[in-house]
This record gives sequence, structure tokens and C-alpha cells, in this order.
Amino acid sequence: MAKMMYRDAVRNTIFQEMKRDDSVVVLGEDVVGGMGTDGGPEAIGGIWSTSTGLFGEFGADRVIDTPISESAIVGAAGGLALCGKRPIAELMFADFIGVSLDQIWNQIAKFRYMFGGKTRCPAIIRMVYGAGYNAAAQHSQSPHAILTGMPGLKVVMPTTPADVAGLLREAIRTDDPVIFMEHKALYGIEGEVPDDPDFTIPFGHARLTRAGEDVTIVATGMMVGMAEQAADALAEDGIGADVIDLRTTSPLDEEAILDSVEVTGRLVIVDEAPPRCSLATDISALAAEKAFASLKAPVQMVTAPHTPIPFARELESAYLPNPDKVEAAVRKALAYS
Amino acid sequence: MQLSREDLLQAYRRMKTIRDFEELLHDEIQTGEIAGFTHLYAGQEAVAVGVCEHLSDDDKIVSTHRGHGHCLAKGCDVTGMMKEIWGSREGLCKGKGGSMHIADTDKGMLGANGIVGAGAPIAVGAAMAAKLDGKDESGRLKVSIAFSGDGACNQGTTFEAMNMAVVTKVPAIFVFENNHYSEHTGFEYAVGTQQDIASRAEAFGMKVWRADGTDFSAVHDTMSEVLEYVRAGNGPAAVEFDTERFYGHFEGDPQRYRGKGELDRLRAERDCIKKFRETVTEAKLLEGSDLDTVDAEVAKTIEEAVAAARAADRPTPEDVLADVYIDY
Repeated sequence: MAKMMYRDAVRNTIFQEMKRDDSVVVLGEDVVGGMGTDGGPEAIGGIWSTSTGLFGEFGADRVIDTPISESAIVGAAGGLALCGKRPIAELMFADFIGVSLDQIWNQIAKFRYMFGGKTRCPAIIRMVYGAGYNAAAQHSQSPHAILTGMPGLKVVMPTTPADVAGLLREAIRTDDPVIFMEHKALYGIEGEVPDDPDFTIPFGHARLTRAGEDVTIVATGMMVGMAEQAADALAEDGIGADVIDLRTTSPLDEEAILDSVEVTGRLVIVDEAPPRCSLATDISALAAEKAFASLKAPVQMVTAPHTPIPFARELESAYLPNPDKVEAAVRKALAYS
Repeated sequence: MQLSREDLLQAYRRMKTIRDFEELLHDEIQTGEIAGFTHLYAGQEAVAVGVCEHLSDDDKIVSTHRGHGHCLAKGCDVTGMMKEIWGSREGLCKGKGGSMHIADTDKGMLGANGIVGAGAPIAVGAAMAAKLDGKDESGRLKVSIAFSGDGACNQGTTFEAMNMAVVTKVPAIFVFENNHYSEHTGFEYAVGTQQDIASRAEAFGMKVWRADGTDFSAVHDTMSEVLEYVRAGNGPAAVEFDTERFYGHFEGDPQRYRGKGELDRLRAERDCIKKFRETVTEAKLLEGSDLDTVDAEVAKTIEEAVAAARAADRPTPEDVLADVYIDY
């Protein structure tokens, strides 16, 4: 095991996989950084430091620094993938799916199906998402629900450095297109990562981070830490919570959720995105459809409001879920009779 | 034209196959037997064939909604395509794609595409892959070709792709087929400069060529130069072919935007197949009887393909769920 930050787990996993497999290629804005400047290549190795050193090791044909052209970045990843490469495209902010959505939604997600299963499209679109940086309405969003709803894509939302390593390596080695969502507020967290260069985590297997019999709390990304803080506070009052980190929203580990709800009878979903047509409503519907008889209380959803993301610190804090809101939701579910 | 007799016959066979394929579809669509939207390529055959005759299966093309001609020129199976358009599970895409999504990656055909302008970025990615694979023993790169119309030349994706190809110096070729209509709107309205498309590509820093897309030998000769330049590793290039669309944007289009007598004039003066016949017979490169023989063989091929499509297995409801993922 080695202790490293979430961002370093991204970079190290890509580095190891590029060493292992010549077909792995990285492309995106400033993935080299400094091209065409006095500072020169690698003056900046990506603004998130997730591609530092790749250019020096693998060169310009495999670490492709692109202009600010998100449609062409995602489209080129599709073309590379159709030609037998394993591209890892980076969208500097997940919010930029807006300018590349056709290539995500109409192209890479559907090639295999439209072409009758004859082809494979092992493209990864990494994207940096989430609030917490006061980056306001166009640089803070969590668009996982939109992407989860697209057949053909797999959607991954790692929470820990170990999960970054295991899930990203799985993404690189899988033959389907993958949306790999990295939470910007988690880049600095540290954790132990297995040394095994073949360490992978299969998609569709949630991680149970706290165990308890009174309530099930489902979360992803930065919301997992909030759920854990709430669970720890509740434990002091003798209330036991299962905290389920979904890891991937497509495929979804329905079994982990339903098995837990069958025991606890109470479900709280914590989602960083707005409430309508969301991951929270999706899992709520899952419980209503498949765990109806187990439920002892209405499903509680702790989500952002139906608003854009505001800038000011006070406003962003008010916008986001937090451990207190999660704890209150659990207590509301427990009080229902 | 520096082509052998065999090459000329093959080019003619391919052009005639596209023409007959499209004219048959034009008729069959009236009967209601074929589902969905169909956009016919008839009139533009010299472009697809004049370009693709230079390519091997390792060279890639990305096509458009008007893709039948590109597919056939790149070597997709006639019967497999006909079965696909009929929606059979025996079709090239098992009835999942239809007219607008025919692909055969084994042939280097990375897909027709229902979204105007979506193909160019994909072609740039394929060109990045070709650059990564490097030159063959004779020092030549594989290439990737984006076919786009004058409609797609107005999409931002096309601009992004052209710039990215120049920046990354990849062996991509942007083939613009200017048929003067983007759907139902004239080129002179929709292309704001009212100039040609090639000059736009030139502004992105590419070497460009222009040729008459109804003249097979002009297309073929131009592509010889373009491919020599791109395969040598000089970066991307663009070429604009002036061509004509003999049918509507889609089948069922009443074409009220056409001028009086326009289609008759195009058929008389700008038919690339008619011009090919005249050129090769006048130059005594081929005999009229050679071409008549090809005509008869192509007619039979198309007839058999339709019969096979009609008789082919239909998909079952279970097929809906197949091939979304490799593993899920």
C-alpha cells in the first residue's frame, strides 16, 4: 500500500497503464500545458496536476494537448477508440459537457449499438465535477444524472484514492465507453492505494463504508464523507446507519441498496445535484418499486435545490447538502410512524 | 486519367452500383416498405468513388446522413446494406442502424452519421490513431477522411476539427461535397462569405484543392495529389468538390426550392456517370459494350440484393436489448 492523494492516484494509474499498453492515449486542454509558450511544454501539467510528467515520458503523439474544442476532443476520442486505441479524454470541467454533448450522447455512447455490435468504443471521458470551490454556476455542477440516463455509457464516481486507482484502471481496461467523474474537492484527500499494478474494482459493486441496522444512507463522491459524518454523529445516539458509496451510477448496484433497505426499512439519499429527474429520484423510485414492503418511512432525499449553483460562500454552503442536513433527514425518517 | 482498363471498369461498376442502389430505393420508398428517413447520394457518385478508389481497408472514412455512396465506395457489402435498410437482423448493423448509421469498421468505414457535422471530429481521432501507428515500409501514413457537405461546413464541430487537425498535424483529409443545398437552403444563403468552402479550410492553415465533383477523372487525379501530400506526413488537407444532388434532402422532399427545369438540366449536363461514359468511350479507353455489360451485372446485383433483403430474417423483440454494452 502507498499513501497518496486522490489526484495522484489519477495520474499514477494513467502513467502505469500507458506504460503497460501502448494503445492508451491521453488528450485534452492543457494536459501538457505551456505548449506554444516561453515556458514550454509541461510548464503546467494540467490544471489539476493529473497529467504531470506524462508528456515527458510518452511524447506528443500519446499525450495530445488540444485546443479548447470540447466537441473535437470527445469526438477525437471516439475516432481513436474505433481505431483500436484506448483514449482518455479530459474535460477540464464536467460543466463543459454542454459543448460536447453530441459527441458523448449521439456518438460514443451509441456506436456499438447503432453498428450492430460489430465495433467497440473503449473511450474514457474524464471530467472534473462538483461544488466546493465557489466556482459558481458553470464550473461547479454534478451532471451525473444526465450521463447516467444515457444507454451505452458507464458512469463512475470514485470517492477515495484507492477507488480512483481501482476504478480508473478498470475503466481503461474495459471495452465500453466510460464517463469518469472526479470530484474537484476530493483531489487533495489522502488514502492508501494498493501497490498491485493490476488492482481493479469491478463496476456495479458499491462500497459499504459504515454498517448499521436503522437506516440506509446512499451517496456518491463528496456526499459520501457527509453521510459518514452524519452516521458517526448518529452512532453516538445509538442510531446505526449503513452508508453505501455507489462508486458507479451506471451500472447501479441495486442489490446493495435493496439488501440494506430490507434490513433498515429507511432510506436517505444524498445527492449533490438538483432534485428533479436525478440520481436521488432514481434510487427513490427503485426503493418504491422493489423494496416497498420493507419501507417503514418515506424515502428522504437530501439534495441541492432546483437552482443554478450560486457564487458567494454563504450561498454555495446553503446550496449544498451537509452532514447536518443528512442527520436531520435520518432523524425525520426515524420519527415517522 | 492514368487508370488501367480494369481500374476504370471497377470505378464505373462502383459508381453505377451506387446509382442503381439509390434509384431503386427512391422507387421502393414510395411503396412504404422501407422504414425511416432516407437521404440519397445519387448525382455525387464520382466523389465517393474517386476518393475511395485510392484507399485500403486500413484507411478510414467517416460519412454523413447521405452515406450510402460512401459505404458502397469503401467496400461495404451491397446485400448487407440492403438488408440493413430493410431493417433485417441480417443487415450490416443487424437492423439497429438503418440508412443513417451504416458502418463497417473492418472496411475502414466508421459510420454514416445522422448528425450533420458530427463526423469531422471522429475522423480527426482516427487520423490521430493513424499518426500513432506511423508510416509503412514505403514511408506512407494511413489516412482518415471526413466527408462533409456544404451544410456541415457551417457546424462548429467542423471548425473545431479542422483546427485540431492542423494543430496536431495528423493525416486527416476534409472532403467537402458542395451540392449547393444544405437540406432545403441554398449555399449562397447559408455560407455567409458566399465564397467556396475550400477557402475556409485554407484559413485554418490547410493546403486545399478544388475540383469538379461531376468529373471522375478530376476527382481521382486531385485525390492522387492530396493523398500523396497527406500520406507523406505533411499534416491535414482539404478538398472541395463541386457536385450535384439529384434527389431531395430526404426521400419525400417536394423540392420546391429547385429552379424551373433545374433537375432536367443537372441530369443532362452534370451527371457524373453519363460524363464518365462519354469520356472513356470518346478516348477509346473502354467500349460502350463493356459498360453495357457492367450495367447489366450491376442491375442483377441490385435486384438480387433486394430479393435477399425481402427474404431476410426480421429482428425479434429480444434483439432490442443486445449490444448496448460489451459487458454490463
